[in-house]
Amino acid sequence: MDFPILAVLAATLTIATPLVFGGLGALLGERTGVLNLGIEGTLYAGAFVGFLVASRTDSLAIATLAAVVAGALAGALMALLTVTLGVNQHVAGIGTTLLLVAACDFTNRLLFGGGERTVTVKFDRLFSGGGILAQYPMTFVAFLLLAPAVWWVLRSTGAGLRLTAVGENPEAADTAGISVARTRWTALVVGGALMALGGSFLTLSVLGTFTLDIVSGRGWICIALVIFGRWKVWPVVLGALLFGFFDALQLQLAITSAFGSVPNELLIALPYLVVIAALAIRGRGVRYPGSYLTPYRRA
Amino acid sequence: MTPADAARGGELSPPRGAPLVELRGITKRFGSLLANDAIDLSVDAGEVLALLGENGAGKSTLTRILYGLSRADAGEIRIAGQPVTVSSPADALAAGVGMVTQEFTLVGPMTVTENLMLAGSPLGRVDRKAARARVLAASERLGVPVDPDAVVERLSVGERQRVEILKALLGDCRVLVLDEPTAVLVPADVELLFASIRRLTAQGMAVVFISHKLHEVVDLADRIGILRRGRLVADLPAEGLDPAAIAALMVGATAAAEVEDEALATAVGLDVGLEGSGPEPTAPAPVADRSRPAALEIHGLTLAGDPRPRVDDVSLTVRAGEIVGVAGVSGNGQTELVALLCGTTPATAGTVHVGGSDVTRLDVAARLRAGLGRLTEDRRGSVVLGLSVEQNLVLEDLDRFRTGPFLSRRRVRAHAESLIERFDIRAAPADPIRSLSGGNMQKVLLARAIERDPTVLVASQPTRGLDVGACEYVYAQLRALREAGSGVLLVSEDLDELIGIADRIVVLSGGRLVGEVAPADATREALGVLMTGGPREPAA
Amino acid sequence: MRFVLRSREPRWLAPASVGVAVLLTLLLTAGPIRMAGSAPVAAFERYVVTPLTTPNGLAEVLLAATPLLFTGLAVAIAFRVGYYNIGAEGQFLAGAMATTAVALSLPDLPTVAALPVGLVAGALGGVAWAFLPAFLRRRAGIDEVVTTLLLNPVAVLLLQGLLNGPWRNPETGFPDSERFGSGYELPSLFGTRVHAGLLLGLVLVAVIAVVLLATPLGVRLRAAGQSPSAAEFSGVPVGLLQWRSALVSGALAGLGGASQVMGVQHQLTGSLAAGYGYTGVVVATLGGLSALGVLAVALLLGDVQVGAQNASIRLQLPSQMGGVLTSVLLLTVVAALSVRHYRLVRRTPRSAEPLRAGGG
Repeated sequence: MDFPILAVLAATLTIATPLVFGGLGALLGERTGVLNLGIEGTLYAGAFVGFLVASRTDSLAIATLAAVVAGALAGALMALLTVTLGVNQHVAGIGTTLLLVAACDFTNRLLFGGGERTVTVKFDRLFSGGGILAQYPMTFVAFLLLAPAVWWVLRSTGAGLRLTAVGENPEAADTAGISVARTRWTALVVGGALMALGGSFLTLSVLGTFTLDIVSGRGWICIALVIFGRWKVWPVVLGALLFGFFDALQLQLAITSAFGSVPNELLIALPYLVVIAALAIRGRGVRYPGSYLTPYRRA
Repeated sequence: MTPADAARGGELSPPRGAPLVELRGITKRFGSLLANDAIDLSVDAGEVLALLGENGAGKSTLTRILYGLSRADAGEIRIAGQPVTVSSPADALAAGVGMVTQEFTLVGPMTVTENLMLAGSPLGRVDRKAARARVLAASERLGVPVDPDAVVERLSVGERQRVEILKALLGDCRVLVLDEPTAVLVPADVELLFASIRRLTAQGMAVVFISHKLHEVVDLADRIGILRRGRLVADLPAEGLDPAAIAALMVGATAAAEVEDEALATAVGLDVGLEGSGPEPTAPAPVADRSRPAALEIHGLTLAGDPRPRVDDVSLTVRAGEIVGVAGVSGNGQTELVALLCGTTPATAGTVHVGGSDVTRLDVAARLRAGLGRLTEDRRGSVVLGLSVEQNLVLEDLDRFRTGPFLSRRRVRAHAESLIERFDIRAAPADPIRSLSGGNMQKVLLARAIERDPTVLVASQPTRGLDVGACEYVYAQLRALREAGSGVLLVSEDLDELIGIADRIVVLSGGRLVGEVAPADATREALGVLMTGGPREPAA
Repeated sequence: MRFVLRSREPRWLAPASVGVAVLLTLLLTAGPIRMAGSAPVAAFERYVVTPLTTPNGLAEVLLAATPLLFTGLAVAIAFRVGYYNIGAEGQFLAGAMATTAVALSLPDLPTVAALPVGLVAGALGGVAWAFLPAFLRRRAGIDEVVTTLLLNPVAVLLLQGLLNGPWRNPETGFPDSERFGSGYELPSLFGTRVHAGLLLGLVLVAVIAVVLLATPLGVRLRAAGQSPSAAEFSGVPVGLLQWRSALVSGALAGLGGASQVMGVQHQLTGSLAAGYGYTGVVVATLGGLSALGVLAVALLLGDVQVGAQNASIRLQLPSQMGGVLTSVLLLTVVAALSVRHYRLVRRTPRSAEPLRAGGG
């Protein structure tokens, strides 16, 4: 059997793209000490809003922008709850996810009914026929622009230092004149925007339409990737590629008849299990950001 | 000037022309407590002002207000003659006031340079090279080398304190406030710190220095301000003052006579520990009889650490009916020793016996059953803040209050009420424990520990932060426990407390027991020599 | 203006906060309802009141509340000890699948055997699904939030895989399992669709309420959840309690799955993956992690769910509005309960201190 390694690698990059957006979005929040479990809903909202606006305007630019705004708002909701009001982050995050999913489903039902599936404009692949480089523009944005940018910001800018300081020791940041609340708000809003951008990739680049199971746990994967990557940019990207590879592999296996008797869904579940296994191996004794899950109030 | 004159004359000391910092009428209330009562105080450039006073006299409150960590109810702060509003540390820094508090505010996983870049760094690209150079330059000013690339969490306490001071220097501060900077330092680091302070004042900086150690104050300060119960009772030049006079001012003229002993001790360079007023020395307790059974036996107890063991081969026996004191400078293994005994940290090596039975491998619950009682320095960490007073009182013995499978509310309530009565706890059984004052919370913990009639009670800093009445109460309970035939291991940094109540005192230094002092020889001099790493006494 | 922590809290404050949250929820959802072309007041009436006005509606409410009772209890008991099991969804499905496996392989068991076997299989299925995260947490300190979450989509995929593969109905060819043998049907109550699963749920509510409120274990669980280090100091074995609660939590969720397939569907279908587990987080949180609270909130959400179906038929208001209402309620309530710990005070300038423009 000829194994189409190039096709698998190309698919790896495509599959990893929304995870890079989502993972880095989650990383920003967690570096300041806030776990955003609203991510699953934010990906969903990004996918849906992108699709919705694309279907109404036929403009990919406006649709992408709308998804970004929706994600920023989702991040702001999370920030309001956890940073300003000090709500338990797990509850706030799950609540935000439930709200966003329900709100999108409601709107979807209202506007698109149960009838024909609506198909929208979508991004074309660049360099089609370019083998592994035949990718959607957002994939290049994710790997060549976003990841280096986030890495640079965290490493070499005052903003990055503030983020880390707030996440590790909010009291220290506060005494250095850094507003803990403002830093966390910013990280969550920007992080939410990135997550939604990742979600919009699924509708505006890959599918050109919206389905109810479009996200199916990718948000949780991102949260796992951040732990796997120990809150560092490149390991998170690597984790996304790892997941992407196993997902691409299972897609390939599903096509080849060798596993014909294995239900598709079990193959689809494979990368999730790989992530759990990776966590079990690499998640031992990880060091969480010092103020993880802890609201900050000046004494 | 006699101390009494000084007390009256404090307010009269002449105002200087254009002091660098001027506090006028600073007043702060916490509920009914007047923490600062219309305090006027000033510091000149190039001057070291020492703030002295007993615990709760208002020193920390005053400096916290100056640094914007707390807000005054009334009063004015002037820097170089200009009135300023200081409502946050950022304001204070902007006005040129820097502070090093007892709790360091450094970001552990970041490097020294990164920590020092935090304040006032732009959002955009930061210039690490320049920042690193600035750190080196500042450490030059300090006169102590600091590695700009070291990760802060790997530094020693003394090194971290230097980083804190550098932080203030880099903020261009003209006034540096140091809140009990020597409390956590080893002697060598104290020397370095003092040298640095002298360098800085020579460069024109003003330093406000809080301390309890009178010999340090006499050593270092140009001027001394003494607070008592929120009021500034003296403000005088340090020159020519002897520790006895200062001590008299701190505790008040009426108490001056009693202080003479402490003053004497101070003269030989020892911490007199005037803050917690020590227990009244009682008639010498019955010296523990060697034939009495051992309540607590520790053998070769060790907790590994990096680079040195944090508890190093400690062996000790506490017999029934005796109180053994453990003296030592903070951070020399006391906390770890207590954790090892309580069972919250597993020992690397060694054994612990309670009442003759080996508890080394037992968990907390089993140790409690074996007759161990605990009173740790972390009061709020010893109670479950979300539960009520009565629930906390029975938490260690829930199964005793069972009727069938159920917890008998009636019996829990009755038990709590009897303890509340017996130990004079000012609370109702159903009150949330978080609403209790420190003293009351300590009574709850004492009640819980003593009520179980422990074979041995391990008590760590049992009076820290308590007012005089509560301290006396704790002492009375510990004595009563001894009379009842229990052993008590009393870990304390307060020498007066130890000398007043313990039957013999051992000294912990660098995690090791460096000596034991028999009751007759338990003087501050003897203890102090041991605590600061002096010659080892032959173990008694 | 700034927030200041309250030292003491008046008794009326918590209920008042919830009241404010409910009002806020109504206000926030009125907009979308109007957008969908309905009158908000009429819609709210449909959601909350209408289902309770007819015997049939009432029965449907009880039916809808039944699975939420199980998942709500499951989440509550785990959250209470500080074990954040967000995998009730997967454990619920695993329970249903385990029950199905037993029912399909032993189709002819008589009722007396089939009911306990089916239920126990469900509980064990839930435990099995909860085991890995609990084990990883206990042995390697790996955050249970992520692992329990990740296993949810895996359970959904496994369910679909089984229904599309080995368990596909051979007669119809649909991705549903065959109907269970009649022995596995939980008896119905009052001649309605309400089934004995509700009774089981109520018994569990009672048992758990008693354990939490009236036994030493209840106090230990609370202590462990509220302040693990202080509880540990007092001899409470926190890690062990978390481990056991995690497995009990899985068992409860699994029982919920079993009750749903044995009481309602009598077969396994893909529609079972309807978010009962996630809603369990809402139920447990709004119920204050207490058993009676879970009961009350499960009934309320059951009511809203039935109302949402009703409104979707009568008012053409998409039934997803029920989910919006529920999640907004969750967020406003937790927000209001959080805010109540604080007082809002106006910044008071101090007389002796000069005010600066824009200062403070």
